Amino acid sequence: MATARVAEPSGSLQDVKEQGLDREDLLQIYRTMLTTRGVEERGHILYRQGKIPGSFYTGRGNEASSVGVATAMGSDDVGTPLHRDMGVHITRGVEPWRIFAQYMGRQDGPTHGRDGNVHMADERLGMIAMVSHLPAMLPVAVGCALAFRIREENRVAVAWSGEGAMARGDAHEGMNFAGVRKLPVVFICDNNQWAYSTPTHLEYAVEHLADRAQAYGFDGVVVDGTDVLAVYREAKVAIEKARSGGGPTLIECQTLRMEGHAVHDDAFYVPKELFERWAERDPIERYRTWLRENVDMTDDEEEEIGGYVKKLLNDALQRAEQSPLPDPAQLLEGVYATPEDLDTPHHK
Amino acid sequence: MAEKTYLQAISDGIRGEMRRDKRVFVLGEDVGVYGGAFKVTLGFQEEFGAWRVIDMPLSETAIVAGATGAAIMGMRPVAEMQFADFVSCAWDHLVTVAAKQRWRAGTPVPIVLRLPSGGGFSGGPFHSQNPESSFAHIPGLKCVCPATPEDAKGLMIAAIEDPNPVLFFEHKHLYRRIKGEVPDERYVTPIGKARTHQEGDDVSVITWGAMVYTAEEAAQQVDASVEIIDLRTVMPWDKQAVLDSVRKTSKVIVLHEDTRTGGFGGEIAATIAEEAFEDLDAPVRRIAAPDTPVPFSPVLEKAYIPQVDDVVRGLKELISY
Repeated sequence: MATARVAEPSGSLQDVKEQGLDREDLLQIYRTMLTTRGVEERGHILYRQGKIPGSFYTGRGNEASSVGVATAMGSDDVGTPLHRDMGVHITRGVEPWRIFAQYMGRQDGPTHGRDGNVHMADERLGMIAMVSHLPAMLPVAVGCALAFRIREENRVAVAWSGEGAMARGDAHEGMNFAGVRKLPVVFICDNNQWAYSTPTHLEYAVEHLADRAQAYGFDGVVVDGTDVLAVYREAKVAIEKARSGGGPTLIECQTLRMEGHAVHDDAFYVPKELFERWAERDPIERYRTWLRENVDMTDDEEEEIGGYVKKLLNDALQRAEQSPLPDPAQLLEGVYATPEDLDTPHHK
Repeated sequence: MAEKTYLQAISDGIRGEMRRDKRVFVLGEDVGVYGGAFKVTLGFQEEFGAWRVIDMPLSETAIVAGATGAAIMGMRPVAEMQFADFVSCAWDHLVTVAAKQRWRAGTPVPIVLRLPSGGGFSGGPFHSQNPESSFAHIPGLKCVCPATPEDAKGLMIAAIEDPNPVLFFEHKHLYRRIKGEVPDERYVTPIGKARTHQEGDDVSVITWGAMVYTAEEAAQQVDASVEIIDLRTVMPWDKQAVLDSVRKTSKVIVLHEDTRTGGFGGEIAATIAEEAFEDLDAPVRRIAAPDTPVPFSPVLEKAYIPQVDDVVRGLKELISY
């Protein structure tokens, strides 16, 4: 039986202003969403040019969800975004040239060529790098929240998972413990309907994954993941609730993965009509229309933003291509941390 | 100095660090109200409160992952697996996240994972294992296996201070059976430095954990001068101390309670073969448990865990070689 609350779509400008976003914020969200998609589109080109080793993953269709949640986070909050959540890195301020350097296995990527694609994070921006074992970082985020609770800090951790990974024990153990201790953590489930080639009806038997929240003693919310302002609103409510001691929330953001699992996968198993239906709800186009209708975004403004993103990405590509390859002589360094390594923002 | 059991020494090590550093906290199953299945954290919750001595749900993944997240946020968790055997449920978080995070993402993970390990009391296949070699194989993890109360305290403090994930294998059979003088003050026993348990000239026994005492008893039953090297930590391990001892005696037994194939003794034997071949007067001997799960019935368990007689036999063979 469905128990999660199904969130309303985003409302008028007045509603949005009451949630703390002014016109400049709203345009910034658009800029961030465009940058997010642009980074991945450019990445695709780099891959086809043979400049990206290994595989390549994108989160096309998930821009509203990732940017909406990240925009709702406070600057001291932390999170564990995954491979469909490029928008989180962009919102937090990771420079695109470093992401391209990461894609290409260069020295200036956040992992200096030691790990690939979106397996990266800038710790100074409150992010923790993901691993391939999903959702292993979900209970790690719960551990961050535990630290905040022990130290009685007003900080919140955000834990991401896909709908596929919600089937794993990590999700259960992490959410159960967080519920028991009412920890300041918000769980985001990016439900993009396909775990590689596996559809939702072979992944779970509940109506909504957010219905599981009730079993852990907290609230579940289902939100349209293509509606950036609705995602922002629900994330904001959940994050502030967690911050004030109200415990976790599980937010299920419903989207469609608009490309294959990775670049090698043509997603033949996804019905064509499904892609067509969700293409009509493209999160960026949808938000652009909202901005035109609600805050009178002008042609000039749109052009300025588009031009800004284009230049940002062109410059970033150029800079990343100049980044040196990592030095194999340094391979052995840093397997073990030294006491000096603890000189990080979190350990101060 | 006071005489303490091995268990009290571990407890003292953790308690002392919790008193001097508020980042240090304990989490595990039944560690709070009950004081831990073996009572290592008895009285901790009264002293430090329920948010620094955290009774966890039966969730090994959440324990190790939770410790990892808290450590990344600047805490110094000391997590407990109720028995070392249950670390299999948290393998992913040690090996996939904690071990690799520093190397690939620059994020240190300073956690201590306490692992009550070892057999000798009919614990059966799931309460008796010595899984140190599995983790010594994983770059990024450290494995500590103290044998004496003094080392148990000093290595616990070293483990808490260490900026890496440290697996602390505490041998259950030593908990209350082994007593020794333990300094009252705070001291650090360096990780990676072996200890000469007893000096000798004729044969070396390289070992760690409870097998140190098996080797000691065996040495008393042979007519030869036996040197016993207690490795103290298997990752990193004190290669130099081992090679020095081999060069001195020219005959060596590598002894451990873990099973033979893939046990850490193989690494030590291989290193001796590579680096001290010319110094050997006899083949390197390994004495270890056979390649089976740990049996339950006392008669079977005795046949499984290396006994004093097994070591005596090995020593005699080498002496007469």
